[in-house]
Amino acid sequence: MDEEIELAFTLNGKAVRRRVPVRLHAVDLLREVFGLSGPRVACEHGICGACTLRVDGQLARGCLLLAPQLEGTDVWTIEGLTATGEIADLQNEFHARNAMQCGWCTAGMLITAAEILDAPAPMDRQAIREHLSGNYCRCTGYQAIVDAVEATRQARAAGRSAA
Amino acid sequence: MKAAGFRFLRARCVAEALALKAEHGEDARFIAGGQSLVPALNLRLLEPRALIDIAGLPELTGIRVERGRLVIGALTRHAALTGDPLVAAHAPLLLEALPYVAHAAIRNRGTFGGSIALADPAAEWPACCLALDATMVLTGPHAEGERRVPATEFFRGLYATALGPDDLLLRVEIPCQPAGTRNAALELARRHGDFAIVGVAATASDRELKDARIAFFGVADRPMRFAEVERALAVEGVSAAAEALARQVDPPADLYHSAATKRHLAGVLLRRAVDRLRGAA
Repeated sequence: MDEEIELAFTLNGKAVRRRVPVRLHAVDLLREVFGLSGPRVACEHGICGACTLRVDGQLARGCLLLAPQLEGTDVWTIEGLTATGEIADLQNEFHARNAMQCGWCTAGMLITAAEILDAPAPMDRQAIREHLSGNYCRCTGYQAIVDAVEATRQARAAGRSAA
Repeated sequence: MKAAGFRFLRARCVAEALALKAEHGEDARFIAGGQSLVPALNLRLLEPRALIDIAGLPELTGIRVERGRLVIGALTRHAALTGDPLVAAHAPLLLEALPYVAHAAIRNRGTFGGSIALADPAAEWPACCLALDATMVLTGPHAEGERRVPATEFFRGLYATALGPDDLLLRVEIPCQPAGTRNAALELARRHGDFAIVGVAATASDRELKDARIAFFGVADRPMRFAEVERALAVEGVSAAAEALARQVDPPADLYHSAATKRHLAGVLLRRAVDRLRGAA
């Protein structure tokens, strides 16, 4: 019988509390217990980035976090970030360029890219690629993904300087 | 794959962590950031009966300067080094190596001490510790207090360190580097953020490179300095040092790179590191 714990954390802005097995990693927890299918299960050893979450304001691998390690944290998935509209511009740029084929990596790509959209220092394509290097796209769609991130960064920077 | 079942025990202080380890013995593992342990659990390379969560131990977190030493708590996350003024002032080599440590998502969770306790032979921090003459401070369950182990004696082989099975790494102490110290951290990897094929972490007090300390990683079962290489660099120059390295280094082949390739790449990195130490690159 799996050991369980009473787990309380904030999920996409709402306080949640659930009794869960301790051996679940965060992606299985979010998918199986909370019904969120945005975080993807793929490599399950921290290589591919498909499970990327925002935990306490920082990127984290969902497959490398055990359920008990989420106690008291503030967790955001692509569902929550979509609902707030925070990355609507980035999502539009992805859409405009078809910056995906199968879509498996997309949620992780978006959450990872979101972190650098407002970085103040100029960032060339090489730096964008390095920032995204922890996220695999097996359809080899990187060119369009980097295009979308670069376009969003430039649009936001132009918006800031115009304001 | 999914981790096998385990109990999850939360320690609130070092004494409690050690007591839990003594109680559960070999069936228990400490977990801090979990960025290497959780993959091993998911792959069922490890199936501990209990995990002792030490992530909340306040006494093991943070960066400070004490008696001429930069002290980095074992639970300090990699990302916490980013832009840290004490690290920048006293051990800037670490900031040169930091961008090579995994990916942003991993750096946010993984810990400085965890990387050193794991001692992956291709990891950056163990080599930096060797180049910087760091001392690891450990404790164990047997009431012997703290033990101080220099980096030269800490790394003992493939994933093998001076840490006993029930020991805990508390902190790493690095002698504050004098202002003007030259540093170079470089590595080659198939994908940015992956473990290095070959890497180098080097420091020297000035451009003359008479006292360069050059630690290689990914070339042996642990980070390595080669006295003959450093001596050749001081006396004869970089070509002699590269020749000495080719004689001394005996890297294990991996899935993608033969021993000869890695030996060649180590020489390439040595030359690049020397250029960087001299300020020419």
